[in-house]
Amino acid sequence: MQSKMKESDPILEVENLSASTDNLPILKGVSLTVYPGEIHAIMGRNGCGKSTLSKIIAGHPSYNITNGVIKFLGENINSLEPEERSQSGIFLGFQYPIEIPGVSNLEFLRVSTNARRKFLNKEELDTFDFEEIVKEKLEIVKMDHAFLSRSVNQGFSGGEKKRNEILQMALLEPKIAILDETDSGLDIDALRIVASGIKKISNAQTGIILITHYQRLLDEIKPNYVHVMSDGQIIKTGESDLALELEEKGYEWTDNFIKET
Amino acid sequence: MVNENLVKDVVKEPYKYGFVTDIETEKIEKGLNEDIIKLISQKKEEPKFLLDFRLKAFKKWQKMKEPDWASLGYKKIDYQDIIYYSAPKQKEKISSLDEVDPKLLETFDKLGIPLTEQKKLTNVAVDAVFDSVSIATTFREELAEHGVIFCSISEAVKNHADLIEKYLGTVVPASDNYFAALNSAVFSDGSFVYIPKGVNCPMDLSSYFRINSGDSGQFERTLIIAEESSSVSYLEGCTAPMFDTNTLHAAVVELIALDDASIKYSTVQNWYAGDEEGIGGIFNFVTKRGKCLGKRSKISWSQVETGSAITWKYPSCLLLGEESVGEFYSVALTNNLQQADTGTKMIHIGPKTKSTIVSKGISAGKSKNSYRGLVKMGTKATGSRNYSQCDSMLIGDQASANTFPYIKSQQPNSDIEHEASTCRISEDQLFYLQSRGIEFEEAVSMMVSGFCRDVFNQLPMEFAAEADKLLALKLEGSVG
Repeated sequence: MQSKMKESDPILEVENLSASTDNLPILKGVSLTVYPGEIHAIMGRNGCGKSTLSKIIAGHPSYNITNGVIKFLGENINSLEPEERSQSGIFLGFQYPIEIPGVSNLEFLRVSTNARRKFLNKEELDTFDFEEIVKEKLEIVKMDHAFLSRSVNQGFSGGEKKRNEILQMALLEPKIAILDETDSGLDIDALRIVASGIKKISNAQTGIILITHYQRLLDEIKPNYVHVMSDGQIIKTGESDLALELEEKGYEWTDNFIKET
Repeated sequence: MVNENLVKDVVKEPYKYGFVTDIETEKIEKGLNEDIIKLISQKKEEPKFLLDFRLKAFKKWQKMKEPDWASLGYKKIDYQDIIYYSAPKQKEKISSLDEVDPKLLETFDKLGIPLTEQKKLTNVAVDAVFDSVSIATTFREELAEHGVIFCSISEAVKNHADLIEKYLGTVVPASDNYFAALNSAVFSDGSFVYIPKGVNCPMDLSSYFRINSGDSGQFERTLIIAEESSSVSYLEGCTAPMFDTNTLHAAVVELIALDDASIKYSTVQNWYAGDEEGIGGIFNFVTKRGKCLGKRSKISWSQVETGSAITWKYPSCLLLGEESVGEFYSVALTNNLQQADTGTKMIHIGPKTKSTIVSKGISAGKSKNSYRGLVKMGTKATGSRNYSQCDSMLIGDQASANTFPYIKSQQPNSDIEHEASTCRISEDQLFYLQSRGIEFEEAVSMMVSGFCRDVFNQLPMEFAAEADKLLALKLEGSVG
């Protein structure tokens, strides 16, 4: 099964990536390869660099790549703008989705979807056609139509914000989705909705990176690989049972691991 | 915290309306004195009361000092170096549009305001003003059927002298301020609107002001009267060519609403703003005021100010009638070295009067944008209310925004509420939109229109779309 996946070309290759912000090194040589159909989990303490890794892959302007390469579908994307990355199929689900006052959620989703469609040489959608599509996708995250007429994320509860992220993922149909602590701040029901949403959207052609602290999301979505990050590096990679071991032994166990190396 | 390299200075979208129409004009000599005023009045064949009005205003003006309290900086204006009357040469009496110089029609065509019968806008009547004179007014017959008078003020002086004599200068007296006095002395043309009792004006009325000459000022005068239980929506648009000198535009607008009447006055101002170094552009020093004279009357100002080197104006409401309502919705955008000092005055005189102020200032580049507003509750304004909301948005780190709210209340039984906020487009917001495939510039303009939404919602629909586009154009290249 595993080897069959590897026959196709990787979606994402992060090669020995180092990055800093305000001259402060955050990533210190991260390598990670994601093939179609794979689910990777990245775990680690707060401040270990896992959110930074996700932002850098999405092209956040605050970070400088000091060494290494990010390849998407075989192409070096180090210098691409965030919007170009999104249009070509990279999706970042935000840990803290941003509020945009006055901008209607519907219009935001439509413009965003059309940007991706344009890249794919698909016809852009007017408001009416888009409403049809968005209606279906709302089902996936069990969101009410009323969400569409509100300002983007403004006044949304934590759970609503996260579901809005998954709705965007459903609309953009990315090649790779990096979900940064999408499970944090969710109650059990919301977590199930989000997890089943992610499962519905992903398929054998997409790759997923789940950044999380908790086993409970991984109970719902079983990863192929689990990576443990510490101080800007991936210090251990294993299969899904690594997460269980981590849950049992805590991050102190990985501290010992660093000492061993 | 917007990243520094995101906020590089401005590569500006060229001003689309900067062309000059090559047309023979009749200009009088530069300078201002009694003879010049008499000459203007004579050219316009005015009755004596109007000449007296002008001369009285001129005497007052001579004794007044140019005000300097605004948060603005500009080179002193030489009032003797301005031409006070400039008009395209035309046949003496024009009986139909066919006799208007094709060059003029072409000019307005180019500005998106076609005037000819075949092409004219279908739902809006337009009065087109070119330098000092009104060129044409569309839909006059249709409006006349409803008893609505819509014509240039010069024509109104001739055909409706009684109304002019009764109302001119009753809202903005000549002595009101320096620029109002100047306008009263030398005003050349503008629009006149009269809505008779019980009539809801069947279409929007609109004036389009075009400055063409570089050395003449524009001093238009607008008077709108809404009789009992009538209503009208009036739109105003403005553009000017690009000159490297500053042109003075000192207009006066007076609105009068009687019992149960309502006037909605919307402006999209896009005068030439000068270049990136601040050379050239219009000085837009305007006095606009409405009088809610009748019970339950309503005057609503909405403005989108994007042009002019300097904008200095405070569309205001005098709320005399019981339960009368004043509103002010404003978006003022400044970029490069533009300066704007704008806001409103809500003077509550009658009981149970209500006013709402929503002001959105956006400053980009090295511009300076101030809101200045006065809310006053008089001794008789019992049970009156005001709500003010003033929000500023800064784009880049070299622009500035100020808010100067003045509140004076002589009436303990009234409510005044004021909210103010300042925000910056944050890097995180931009990144969020970009990471959803939305181009940087589009992301900025989306956020700016979101910020202005409360005001845009007040504009007539086709104006709202235009305003949205205009803001996007003006901001192009201002960030990143």
